[in-house]
Amino acid sequence: MELIEAGQGKLIQYPDMNEFREWNRKKSKVLVDKRMTEAEAVRRFIHDGAYIGTELYGTVRCPMSLVNEIVRQGVKDLRIAGQGVFELDMLLGASLVKELDLTYIGLEVYGVSNCLRREVESGRIETCVEWSNAGIAWRFKAAAMGVPFIPVRSMLGTDTLKYSAAKVVECPFTGEKICLLPALILDVGMIHVHRADIYGNAQIDGISGFALEMARASKTLIISTEKIVPTDEFRNHPDRTIIPYYLVDAVIEAPFGSHPGEMCYQYVRDEQQIKEWVQASADPQTTRAYLDKYIYGVNDHGEYLDLIGMERLQQLQHVAKGASYDESGI
Amino acid sequence: MSPASDSYNPSELLICTASRLMKDNTTAFIGTGIPMLAASLAQRMHAPNLVTIFEFGGTGAILEQLPLAVGGENTFHRALAASGICDVVETAQRGFVEYGFLGGAQIDAYGNLNSTVIGDHQHPKVRLPGSGGANDVGSNCWQTIAIMRHDKRRFLEKIDFITTPGYLSGAGAREAAGLPPGTGPYRVVTNLAVCGFDDVSKRMLLLATQPGVSVQEVLDNTGFELLVSSHVEENLPPSAEELHILREEVDKDRLYI
Repeated sequence: MELIEAGQGKLIQYPDMNEFREWNRKKSKVLVDKRMTEAEAVRRFIHDGAYIGTELYGTVRCPMSLVNEIVRQGVKDLRIAGQGVFELDMLLGASLVKELDLTYIGLEVYGVSNCLRREVESGRIETCVEWSNAGIAWRFKAAAMGVPFIPVRSMLGTDTLKYSAAKVVECPFTGEKICLLPALILDVGMIHVHRADIYGNAQIDGISGFALEMARASKTLIISTEKIVPTDEFRNHPDRTIIPYYLVDAVIEAPFGSHPGEMCYQYVRDEQQIKEWVQASADPQTTRAYLDKYIYGVNDHGEYLDLIGMERLQQLQHVAKGASYDESGI
Repeated sequence: MSPASDSYNPSELLICTASRLMKDNTTAFIGTGIPMLAASLAQRMHAPNLVTIFEFGGTGAILEQLPLAVGGENTFHRALAASGICDVVETAQRGFVEYGFLGGAQIDAYGNLNSTVIGDHQHPKVRLPGSGGANDVGSNCWQTIAIMRHDKRRFLEKIDFITTPGYLSGAGAREAAGLPPGTGPYRVVTNLAVCGFDDVSKRMLLLATQPGVSVQEVLDNTGFELLVSSHVEENLPPSAEELHILREEVDKDRLYI
């Protein structure tokens, strides 16, 4: 294949598929109880300089209890697959990020991320490599397929490609230009799910974002779950399993684990809390004050939920079941 | 169309203008913000079978409540399918998605969009969120519609970064870059005008002005040489019915308007 163009962005994570195979070969296939706390999972699996990823988005089914624990333990120099809202803002707000494969970090309806701006514009983040949204998901898909790259028709002709680590080649079958995206293997992936068993089998309700691909692209996979259920629930409905247990290294029971984000059919997002962060994140001092109150100032996810208060959490559940915001009092 | 209302704000005008471009029984990629409101309005007005597609997997939602996130539950409320990002973008890559709605901080005469950086990429003056799904939509949907505020800081001869492809450097450039043939920008909807693109040069072409806006005003607020159609129309203002539905049903909590 003739190489026509190569993006000048850094290939942060090398797509070594043979090493990935060896790694997966050694992964235990034993059905063992993998439950642990956020603190233990982060201590055991997420080290300074690790390349990590989260799914879905910081306000939707996102492993916030795990991200908060990373901030609490101060794991630094992180390299990140940057598709995020609230969760990546926490890591950026705490200045823990060194390199980014970036597709979108922003606050959606509330606009740009002040933390991303400060970290990139100050040069504290050393590397920003650009991708499209599907580009990142397809990179996970390539890793999930066990191949080093995937051909796609996005990104062609743009600066997004120029500042990525993608390559453009002449397709050996059609002769047309095609964009090749390198597989992206995560050191650690984190996914929040609706239910899992003690071994790590997991189900997700509603849209699945890029969970299927990311789970299979992660060398180490940490699952947080709203609820632990018996394995029979999986054996009775195996078609519903999106993540089989052998991909999983840790299972954390984290009710309201996506707060202040939402969990479809269970609780809506906490607009009051999100607005509090949007305002706090405008300035480094108020950012620090927010982190002090909601992350450093509590020992774990349970204490965080106590701080938010069960009454408010139940209101969020109430709205998800069909009550209006007005009726719920939030 | 029912009689025009005399009072509306710029957001309402953008939403109503974009909504009228959404056709019944078509597929449209919808992003957060104005496109969502426009799609919800269109479903209640003239396009009940508009198939909305949200990038994290929602297909065919009925937009009774406004989503606040592109992965939120309302993006697959009473939908036809809830899948994932690869499935929906691959659906566009296979040619199933007619329209894609986009926004950006900057746009040029060929409809290229910037949502990545203001200034130099290595040392940006402003770091913006990045492509997100925009590049995928702009690459793979048949026709894209950009929704923008219209001023000289946003409508530039040369934008700082091409995040999302329009017609790139002009006629034939998309195909030469390897993008799917026959795709590209269709309309640019702004608070001052609706623009299309010249068939030959692929440069932006003024098609219609918004109510009370002159052609000169549009040109004065555009930072590149804007082509002008031989017959520039004036858009009808939002109708009383559109505004009523928008205010009382689509966004009754006034989250956006």
